[in-house]
Amino acid sequence: MNIQAVKVIYKYEMLRTWKTLFQSIASPVLSTSLYFIVFGSAIGSRIESIEGVPYGSFIVPGLIMLSLLTQSIANASFGIFFPKFTGTIYEVMSAPLSHYEILLGYVGAAASKSFIIGIIILATAGFFVDLDIKHPFWMMFFLILTCITFSLFGFIIGLWATNFDKLQLIPLLVITPLVFLGGSFYSISMLPPFWQTVTLLNPVVYLISGFRWSFFEVADVSIWTSLVIILGFLAFCLALVAWMFKTGYRLQN
Amino acid sequence: MKTIIAINNLSKQYASGHQALKKINLEIKSGEIIALLGPNGAGKTTLISVICGLVSPSSGSVHVNGFNIIKDYRETRALIGLVPQELTLSAFESVWNTLNFSRGLFGKKPNKAYIEQLLKDLSLFDKKDTELRLLSGGMKRRVLIGKALSHEPRILFLDEPTAGVDVELRKDMWNIVRRLRDTGVTIILTTHYIEEAEEIADRVGIISDGELLLVEEKHALMQKLGKKQLVLELRDAIDHIPESLNAYALTLSDEGYKLTYRYDTRSDRTGITTLMKAINASSLTLKDLQTQQSSLEDIFIDLISSKENLK
Ligand SMILES: Nc1ncnc2c1ncn2[C@@H]1O[C@H](COP(=O)(O)OP(=O)(O)OP(=O)(O)O)[C@@H](O)[C@H]1O
Ligand SMILES: [Mg+2]
Repeated sequence: MNIQAVKVIYKYEMLRTWKTLFQSIASPVLSTSLYFIVFGSAIGSRIESIEGVPYGSFIVPGLIMLSLLTQSIANASFGIFFPKFTGTIYEVMSAPLSHYEILLGYVGAAASKSFIIGIIILATAGFFVDLDIKHPFWMMFFLILTCITFSLFGFIIGLWATNFDKLQLIPLLVITPLVFLGGSFYSISMLPPFWQTVTLLNPVVYLISGFRWSFFEVADVSIWTSLVIILGFLAFCLALVAWMFKTGYRLQN
Repeated sequence: MKTIIAINNLSKQYASGHQALKKINLEIKSGEIIALLGPNGAGKTTLISVICGLVSPSSGSVHVNGFNIIKDYRETRALIGLVPQELTLSAFESVWNTLNFSRGLFGKKPNKAYIEQLLKDLSLFDKKDTELRLLSGGMKRRVLIGKALSHEPRILFLDEPTAGVDVELRKDMWNIVRRLRDTGVTIILTTHYIEEAEEIADRVGIISDGELLLVEEKHALMQKLGKKQLVLELRDAIDHIPESLNAYALTLSDEGYKLTYRYDTRSDRTGITTLMKAINASSLTLKDLQTQQSSLEDIFIDLISSKENLK
């Protein structure tokens, strides 16, 4: 394995992050704080606790997931799309390294960045509400798994996209609605029975439910179901990327 | 000399259906400078891209130092440095970082002293902390060369290195190329400019429309294919060529003072003797005469047009 190469890709991707450190971190922190002020304090004070959890705390896992998903996808897709767009990818493609090493460098960096953002949001949330994390190990596990899975998904989008519009398309049209309708701000048991069934088709529900369980032991679906669905999505992304690499999709003429 | 790159029956058809390379066979020797000459769209970049792993071949094979470029891509690519045709650089990186990135990408451990020396050789050392977007075009070209050399390759591809480069920089570039050759680096460059091939290359390959028309040692090529012209200076100007000389397709120039005769050095009968006899028999008086060898440029144009005539 060409470890030097993976190291430099990772290092220079992270360097890019530090250079834009302020935007990278300020914007998720700011938006999370706004959500807390609006939903947690203003509206939340009128909402009773959900399954014994105060509303302000209840939305924390969902808010973290919201940022994690959008950040992972945005970072990873941009990370690979940009060199493709400017043409600098030629160098990576002509270097003695396998597609999987390229993947490791870019997705590793994007996942690391999302992880850092996730931790920062968690700390920000701690300012607004009391957080008593019941299963820290599971919480970390879900956090890391989500960062990796969605960075990988972002990488795929970045490979697929041929222009900036396409790059925005899936995050905007698919991910954002799925996250908002995935129980970030409510328990799906609050929905009418029909919509509960429909909601179960949304994979993000399982993600948020599992993550929330690690905080409060409150979940919409069993934690094992959550785990299987996330791992399933990871496997799907891995298969997709393996197919892309095998066929040289959008990387080689 | 040892063969370092062996290309066998290499063809490339793009997804668009365009046949960019047609059964290319070429052996490149270790330590030589070979120039690939050809008009726009001939397939030069495609050929280089296949060898470097950027474009997958449709059929045929390429071996670099005995390794197959697809099966043993780690071995082959580690030997190769590529300077692409386009000025592709990430805008916000510094010169120093981009060279170190390239070095790492090719699996080499960081080596500050080497990169420093490289930057000095390329007259870029004072720009090492400058962001790439702030450099001039010629400087960017040099940064690309630096990136390609950052991992100490044994083979260097230069795809139109002198496009958009001024005379001064071009000279510098050729000095760099010669120095590299002296250290045993094999250099493959593409160009549209015949003078460049003539100036720097040991061998010249001519590509047109995806076909390698010929590969020759430069001097041999010029001798073998070269046309010569015999220029006859007249003591007294004439306003038309005498009828007795009509058989020789002479051209009259320089206000009637110069007659030019073109002949093929390859043919047994150049026609010079009979021409001289005919001139003796005519009323013309010669003041001076000289012969000139045609340049690669003429050869090139000849080759391409004769190929087109065949179609
Ligand atoms: N990705 C591609 N898809 C389809 N056709 C392509 C692609 N890249 C190049 N071609 C075609 O292949 C032919 C050879 O192109 P190539 O870039 O190799 O030429 P070249 O000799 O480098 O030309 P130039 O001197 O202009 O750089 C051209 O007709 C070009 O249009
Ligand atoms: Mg070209």
